[in-house]
Amino acid sequence: MGHPHKHGASMGKVKFDDNAKKSLMRLLKRILKNYKLHFFVVIICIFISALANVNGTLFIKTLIDTYIAPFIGLQNPDMSGLLYAILRIAGIYFIGIISTYIYSRIMMYVTHGTLKEMRDEMFEHMQKLPIKFFDTNTHGDLMSRYTNDVDTLRQMTSQTFPQLINSIVTIVSVAISMIVLSWQMTIVSFIMVFITIKLSSKIGAMSGMFFAKQQKDVGNLNGYIEEMMEGQKVVKIFTHENKSKEEFDVLNEELFNSMTKANRFANTMAPIASNMGHLNFTMIALAGGILAINGIGSVTVGTIGSFLQLVRSFNQPIQQVTQQFNTVVLAMAGATRIFDVIDQKPEIDNGNITLVHSIEKEDGSIEETDKTTNTWAWKVPEKNGNGFHYVALRGDVVFDDVDFGYNDDKIVLHNVSLYAKPGQKIAFVGSTGAGKTTITNLINRFYDIQDGKIRYDGLNINNIKKSDLRHSLGIVLQDTHLFSGTIMENIRYGNLKATDEEVIAAAKIANAHSFITHLPNGYNTELSQDGSSLSQGQRQLIAIARAAVANPPVLILDEATSSIDTRTESIIQNAMDSLMHNRTVFVIAHRLSTVRNSNAIMVLENGQIIERGDHTSLIKEGGRYYQLYTGNLVLE
Amino acid sequence: MIKKLSKYIKEYKFVSIMTSVFVALEVVMEVLIPKSMAKMVDVGLANSDMQYVIKLGLLMIFMTLISLFFGISSGINAAKAGAGFAKNLRQGLFYKIQEFSFANIDKFSTASLVTRLTTDVNNVQMAYSMIIRMLIRAPLMLISALIMCFTMSAKLTLVFLGIIPFLIICVVVIMSKAMPNFRSMFKRYDAVNSIVQENLTNIRTVKAFVREDFETEKFKNATSNLYDYSIKAEKLMILASPIMQFAVYLTTLLVSWIGANLVVNSSMLTGELMSMFTYLQQILTSLMMISMSVVMVSMAKTSGDRIIEVLDEEVDLKNKNNPIKEVKDGSIKFENVSFSYSKDNHNLVLEDINIDIKSGQTVGIIGATGSAKTSLIQLIPRLFDTTSGSVFVGGENVKDYDLDVLRENVSVVLQKNVLFSGTIKENLRWGNDNATDEEIIQACKSAQADGFIQSFPDKYDTHIEQGGSNVSGGQKQRLCIARALLKKPKILILDDSTSAVDTATDSMIKKAFYNDIPDTTKIIIAQRISSVQDSDFIIVLHDGKINGVGTHQQLINNNSIYNEIYTSQMKGSEV
Repeated sequence: MGHPHKHGASMGKVKFDDNAKKSLMRLLKRILKNYKLHFFVVIICIFISALANVNGTLFIKTLIDTYIAPFIGLQNPDMSGLLYAILRIAGIYFIGIISTYIYSRIMMYVTHGTLKEMRDEMFEHMQKLPIKFFDTNTHGDLMSRYTNDVDTLRQMTSQTFPQLINSIVTIVSVAISMIVLSWQMTIVSFIMVFITIKLSSKIGAMSGMFFAKQQKDVGNLNGYIEEMMEGQKVVKIFTHENKSKEEFDVLNEELFNSMTKANRFANTMAPIASNMGHLNFTMIALAGGILAINGIGSVTVGTIGSFLQLVRSFNQPIQQVTQQFNTVVLAMAGATRIFDVIDQKPEIDNGNITLVHSIEKEDGSIEETDKTTNTWAWKVPEKNGNGFHYVALRGDVVFDDVDFGYNDDKIVLHNVSLYAKPGQKIAFVGSTGAGKTTITNLINRFYDIQDGKIRYDGLNINNIKKSDLRHSLGIVLQDTHLFSGTIMENIRYGNLKATDEEVIAAAKIANAHSFITHLPNGYNTELSQDGSSLSQGQRQLIAIARAAVANPPVLILDEATSSIDTRTESIIQNAMDSLMHNRTVFVIAHRLSTVRNSNAIMVLENGQIIERGDHTSLIKEGGRYYQLYTGNLVLE
Repeated sequence: MIKKLSKYIKEYKFVSIMTSVFVALEVVMEVLIPKSMAKMVDVGLANSDMQYVIKLGLLMIFMTLISLFFGISSGINAAKAGAGFAKNLRQGLFYKIQEFSFANIDKFSTASLVTRLTTDVNNVQMAYSMIIRMLIRAPLMLISALIMCFTMSAKLTLVFLGIIPFLIICVVVIMSKAMPNFRSMFKRYDAVNSIVQENLTNIRTVKAFVREDFETEKFKNATSNLYDYSIKAEKLMILASPIMQFAVYLTTLLVSWIGANLVVNSSMLTGELMSMFTYLQQILTSLMMISMSVVMVSMAKTSGDRIIEVLDEEVDLKNKNNPIKEVKDGSIKFENVSFSYSKDNHNLVLEDINIDIKSGQTVGIIGATGSAKTSLIQLIPRLFDTTSGSVFVGGENVKDYDLDVLRENVSVVLQKNVLFSGTIKENLRWGNDNATDEEIIQACKSAQADGFIQSFPDKYDTHIEQGGSNVSGGQKQRLCIARALLKKPKILILDDSTSAVDTATDSMIKKAFYNDIPDTTKIIIAQRISSVQDSDFIIVLHDGKINGVGTHQQLINNNSIYNEIYTSQMKGSEV
């Protein structure tokens, strides 16, 4: 925890500029707003606690001047006054201790509450961000916002806050007491403090510079380590071990150098602060001694004693504040990076058309129902704002002259026009990188198109509420990702309300039932990290079951069966065919045997549809499809 | 643990020792200063001896400067010692992992290895810096301050001695109660992280199923859990500072009362009492420092254990003495081979495999998902050892080869392959550091990668992102094949390496193999019959056993599994 990580990868760089300060202020405002009452009590308690402490320090003067000096050498000194004074101080101390406990306890709730709120808000907001955001930020970098960056806030809220208030109260009250005791000695000690602060801020700035370099080197080394660990098996196969050791050593040495330099400054901070404290202490003793001997300013031995204690109480908060400097700088960077995520623009969703279950009456009109039926309808608000009308969900998808690019300046799909009639199976084929997956990503609006129109049952998909649009589409993706949890939970992800029986039925459709029941714990088998205990093919089967249990009107299968052997695939195919019955299905596959029985096959190349038709007509045409297809047989 | 880790201090032993020495000297100075102060008050002030006051004052300033010097020196040395120790430890770990076999790598997950190399090393480094500075400083300070007190008043020292056990007991009780809570807190912390991690990798699934709210709910549950345990753990920890205050105040008052009586009775001097208060603070802060360091070090212990786990991991594949340094040819022979990942005879993945492949042959392997195709080929470059039976390459048992030599000659394109950040050329040079540009282009032409590489604006200098995320799956596979070809291996194994490549390109790659590397033995695992049908012979694997061996035509005629796969793929192809 709390280890420095790659800061400032792709979003905001770590610079302690206005932006960072703004983020910090924003964070503080937020905490103050959410915990107004807490802070009120905390500040009062810190006041009491700090004053009790100062009061105790001043007691030494009273002790020496009032209760010791006059009695020295007396035969029967009356110490009852001292006893009474000590009891009084004990009472004050007791209140101080209670206050300390109360404010620590409250701050604990404030701190952890804030951490939770920040994490929750960041996560909740992240869920709303467009896919593009996840494409352009590395996972490692996003992860570290939840860990390192949030952790920097913990230290700041739990320690820096109270300490700062405490320090201010202490410094002010100690300074007043010092001036009251002896203004001459106060001047001496202020000069010393001034030098200390100057010195530490100089060193702090220098160490800050080297820390930035260290942070960068840590990022580089960690990045290298992550990459090599990920590719360790490839390293082995290419007997690249020595090479990677060499590269590692270079980065490791670099980090060592910057770390040594950064810590050198950081490490000298503490001895400088403490020894400057000693020096201050000595100067006061010396000055006080001279004053006392010469009888200037009514300085007594008790004054010196108290003053020395005060100097200590004065130095301590200053030392503490300088130590907090680093924490604040880190927290500034952390807050900036957290707000970076929170401030990202969420996915645009202006759609107001919703998806409802429907009953189609005999006269052809459609009625909404709360029951789970096998038919759906789009509930379209009237333009004039009064009432709704219903459009049956048929799965009629039309692309009209669509252009799309992941970046505005690089269009990857050009003038794509296509239509899928309800219940049809539409296949996309073409070489890798031709844009097949991209097309399906447009239907569910993972990305928005640059030009053209996409219509779904005659409705512009931009007018359909995103969540409802996606609910209507069942997708099995190229890369199968599962969640940790049981297999049952994973399949149920498609439909949270599904009963165990429905889950099992879906697994049977996907042909996953038999291998699941062979696992020691059956459907209750816990999957670890991304289902790594299962083979790629088994994971795909579970993903298909997950889509099946969702029972969506339209299916998109993006290389859903690429890791399943053809024999199993043909078994699933039958089940899938029954699943696909009356549904519009988009299929992407390399394996032409998978797409053969489609109603329409689109051949894509370089982002354009170059051929379309069914299997027979395309083969007759003798174009690219024919080539791709006979390539299959070319060596026979 | 300390013994094992301290081996990695190596050349930083001297600076480490110097750190401690300087720390110790600084402490001595710091303890002497209040004593001089007492003298100044009791001798100089009491007698109004101006000269004595100035003399002692200057002495104190001098001591402070020396102490400052020692402090800075210890800081500088500590910086080097800590960073150096971390460097060596990281290096030790990284080197060790480089020695790992596949079985070792599989045992630790990638993520856990990364954490060990980063966070854990960091924690140990922090603990180490703590030990060479604080754990020297605090006890030394404690003891010498106590001694100084003792020279002034034995009676008052007893007050300190009374308060120390009280503090120790408090700290021990708090720690022992809080530690288990902290451990469970860290577990919740991991749970929160893994939800984020999973959410990030699965974001498309989340969005496709419109499960954003569900995920947020899940996450909030996890953070609530973390919150509860954090409070539970810290509830005890926040007792520490009031208890410390209590101890300070109590001692201050006791010292005041007893000290006042002693001074009044003339058994102690005023200045001495004043310096007592200073020592009191020194003693109590050192106690606090000790307990803090103990917490830090014990927290780092978990990290230390995790590091040692890696360092102690037995590498299960080792070179024999006098290994064979040359692979004669590309022939392969499996003799009664059985294999289990757990080395358990009852849980066999491969059973009773016998294969004979002549140098230069092309062999296809077909089988259902989970039929152990990958396990089979991993035995050839000795990524794993057989459980029983032997594998021969070039007529020699693979166990007799030098591992590096064997793997130089057996090139595997893994199913789960990885490209590294760097240019395309740099990635390809993994196959052969000294490859010329012509050789690289030739390999890419064979792998049908040259075409798309040439279409990139930067061609062979195009930068590849980590994990090859900026090239498509099919392009990645072809780059990996080209990389493997550059090794000019005697045996080339493709483990389903063209699954994302379209059929036409796939067959072009196969053709290029046939023409460009006729002497290399080629083993091809594939899902598509078309990828393997022109092989010299095809092995059909089923449930870890060989179900059939033969040419395409033979298998179609007499192997039901093969035939079934074939028909399922060729269905409707007769137009």
